[in-house]
Amino acid sequence: MKKFDKDRALLGLAAPVLAVLGALIVTGLVLLASGKEPFHAFHVMMTYGSKSDSQVYILNKATPYYLSGLAVAIGFRMNLFNIGVDGQYRLAAFFAAAVGGSMSIPGFIQIPIIILTAMVVGAAWAAIAGVLKVTRGVSEVISTIMLNSIAGIVIGYFLQDGRLGVTDKLASTVTTKPIPSGSHLFNFTTQTDPVVGFIVFAGLAGVLYWFVLSRTRFGFDLRSVGRSESAAQASGVSVKKMVIVSMLISGAMAGLVGMSTLLNQSYQFSTDFPAGIGFTGIAVALLGRNNPIGIAIGALLWAFLERASNGLEFEGYDKEIVGVIQGAIVLAVVIAYELVRRYGLTRQQRQVGAELAAAGSVDKQEVTA
Amino acid sequence: MRSGTVHALVGENGAGKSTLMKILYGMQKPDEGTIAIHGEQVAFGDPGEAIARGIGMVHQHFMLADNLTVLENVVLGCEKAYGIGGRARARIKEISDAYGLGVRPDALVEDLGVADRQRVEILKVLYRGARILILDEPTAVLVPQEVDALFENLRGLKSEGLTVIFISHKLGEVLSVADAITVIRRGTTVGDADPKSTTAKQLAELMVGSELPSPETRESTVTTEPMLTVEGLRLSETDSDGVERTVLDEIGFTIHKGEVLGIAGVEGNGQAELVEAVMGMRTLNAGVLTLDGRDISRVPTRARREDGIGYIPEDRHRHGLLLEAPLWENRILGHVTERPNSRGFLIDPAAARRDTERIVADYDVRTPGIEVTAASLSGGNQQKLIVGREMSHLPKLLIAAHPTRGVDVGAQAQIWDQIRAARHEGLAVLLISADLDELIGLSDTLRVMYRGRLVADADPATITPEELGSAMTGAAAGHLEHEPAAAGTAVPKQAQPEEAAAETAGGEDR
Repeated sequence: MKKFDKDRALLGLAAPVLAVLGALIVTGLVLLASGKEPFHAFHVMMTYGSKSDSQVYILNKATPYYLSGLAVAIGFRMNLFNIGVDGQYRLAAFFAAAVGGSMSIPGFIQIPIIILTAMVVGAAWAAIAGVLKVTRGVSEVISTIMLNSIAGIVIGYFLQDGRLGVTDKLASTVTTKPIPSGSHLFNFTTQTDPVVGFIVFAGLAGVLYWFVLSRTRFGFDLRSVGRSESAAQASGVSVKKMVIVSMLISGAMAGLVGMSTLLNQSYQFSTDFPAGIGFTGIAVALLGRNNPIGIAIGALLWAFLERASNGLEFEGYDKEIVGVIQGAIVLAVVIAYELVRRYGLTRQQRQVGAELAAAGSVDKQEVTA
Repeated sequence: MRSGTVHALVGENGAGKSTLMKILYGMQKPDEGTIAIHGEQVAFGDPGEAIARGIGMVHQHFMLADNLTVLENVVLGCEKAYGIGGRARARIKEISDAYGLGVRPDALVEDLGVADRQRVEILKVLYRGARILILDEPTAVLVPQEVDALFENLRGLKSEGLTVIFISHKLGEVLSVADAITVIRRGTTVGDADPKSTTAKQLAELMVGSELPSPETRESTVTTEPMLTVEGLRLSETDSDGVERTVLDEIGFTIHKGEVLGIAGVEGNGQAELVEAVMGMRTLNAGVLTLDGRDISRVPTRARREDGIGYIPEDRHRHGLLLEAPLWENRILGHVTERPNSRGFLIDPAAARRDTERIVADYDVRTPGIEVTAASLSGGNQQKLIVGREMSHLPKLLIAAHPTRGVDVGAQAQIWDQIRAARHEGLAVLLISADLDELIGLSDTLRVMYRGRLVADADPATITPEELGSAMTGAAAGHLEHEPAAAGTAVPKQAQPEEAAAETAGGEDR
């Protein structure tokens, strides 16, 4: 039994390792084709990416990526493709910033209010897609893509002077009212830049994700729906309710994505608030196999690659090469997982057959004896 | 096996029949050994090569596209042979006439019955030039009259020099149609039998590897306390064209504690919908369901299961299992709110694992462990796991839809025994089955379903499968009286000769 599990763990690791290796080979070929030396480029990425200020940068970047990956993974676990994490977190961060900027009460009350606002807004925005799917059969892929676009327009409408925005005279941009300094979240100081304090909440979210999915009845129901909707329904799960509830949770998780930026770095929402993290989350969740630790590794890898792209630029490489690596990784991951999954299944079937045949021959001897 | 014969392959589930056929059809590779066709050694890498060698397979589950015509289904994937137009149509006609298949090339597959679809599958294989046909449990979905017609077709194929490999659990059928029989058990050939000189009982013993227990008369356990009462049940659904269709109409019956109510009917006459209605997977248009004195018409599925409805689904892959999940998670499925699977809102993996070990041992689920996925078990073992799971929660009412479909003789008898034992304790059973011997042998009361209505009832003590079969085609209604004159060979149930009982592999009265 022990050995069985070890083999399975090895198989589980095989896919991401294969994927990263495959991606490196593809990138190396691309570099060669463009007349550059690939090994030197990889070396530059490694040394630059592991410098101490890079480490801080990577942790700070990985925090929202991780939360975004979790938000996407909740949907994946029940075969829902929540592409709308992007719109959900931006809208959530915007309204949370607006609420935070309009209040001036002690931080230990105000910070939870801001975070809660973000979660509620994210959940509500995601729920629209869930309700549409359940009542009208609209694919959540289509509706969340459209809701992303609508979220951008809604933010654009409210982020104007006289509505929820204020014009920053110096930078000539419109932002929300800054959050008072009493409600700034703690940071971890290091020798270089500080590490965002929200990373603690991200870690807690990961633990909660693992606990709810693998240890609770609710999580079991959710995973059953993901594995077989018809079997889950027959087992007594209300699939429609499950779709809405999981979209709510996914959206609430998405609401947290922008919080490290808002509470630890920018303290306000402006037009240059980071965008596109929702899509990064899809790649990260794929890479991490919807596993909380895997997603963390995926998020760190993603942040590392982005940091390393700066280093490449200094050395005269095109920083776009990192985009090639990231794209190649996602493709390779999907292929490698499918290959490993199929191999694992046939291997197990063969094992079951072999062990039964062995047991059978023992039986037969007993009969003849 | 010789050409121009029907060769039957029988064996328990997990004995290796399907694996052997997969190897023959090129879907799996053998570790050792050789296959020779007409004295020539062959090795297949994929089904394409097997087809090129003249081997064709008719799967148990039909592989037809419902929204295409017969012609389109036949030429699909084989467009090069005779094109897709007049030449193909002429060829289909030619094959159909030569073997008496009676296939209409322009009919839509969705309009065809089960037997017609099967003939289309056979034609599809012949169209690709097969000389050796593999039929995987072809009679599982047919009523007796259709089985006879199929056997006529097989004899036609045989007389044209084709070879047929016939896989079946129904030993009576095997004996009537096969020219030679090979029995396999646990992956090896245990013997060949000559159908002319072998009885079904001998064959069954060869398959199971031990002597079958002899049938004994059973006493009725039916009580007067109703467990499930169904009144005026009506269910309609809107199909893809937006037309509303009534699938269940005016269904009413009562199952008492300790009673097995059998529903006979050709598949697709509303049995699946009835099961889903009782399980709460569909919303009723009208009608009242009462379980043990409580109205459950509006109660959700989970609460019904907690109330004591056990469910052995017709399609275990779709409704009974999470194929890619380990066995112990499958043990939780459907009973996630009940002990030992959970405590409060948390699931209890340790207790669930322990209980899975118990089910595996008690119900003889053949598996190397409980961490393997459900998909890696053979069909019969999957079914044993499901039966074990449902029985472990001591249901008041068991809905058993085709509980022994695709299950071998040994496991079949075991499942029947478990149902009988629980019935003794007051379990009520709603039994739906296409296996008429099973229905007659297990039921206390029989009803016949036709086009969404319960059209007839019968007494299982006197009715014969043939009489039931004709009622299932809508030919008879009301109370079916057994007519001794019409079926002279029929005998009272209690005095059935051993052979006839063993034809269902010891399925009756044990």
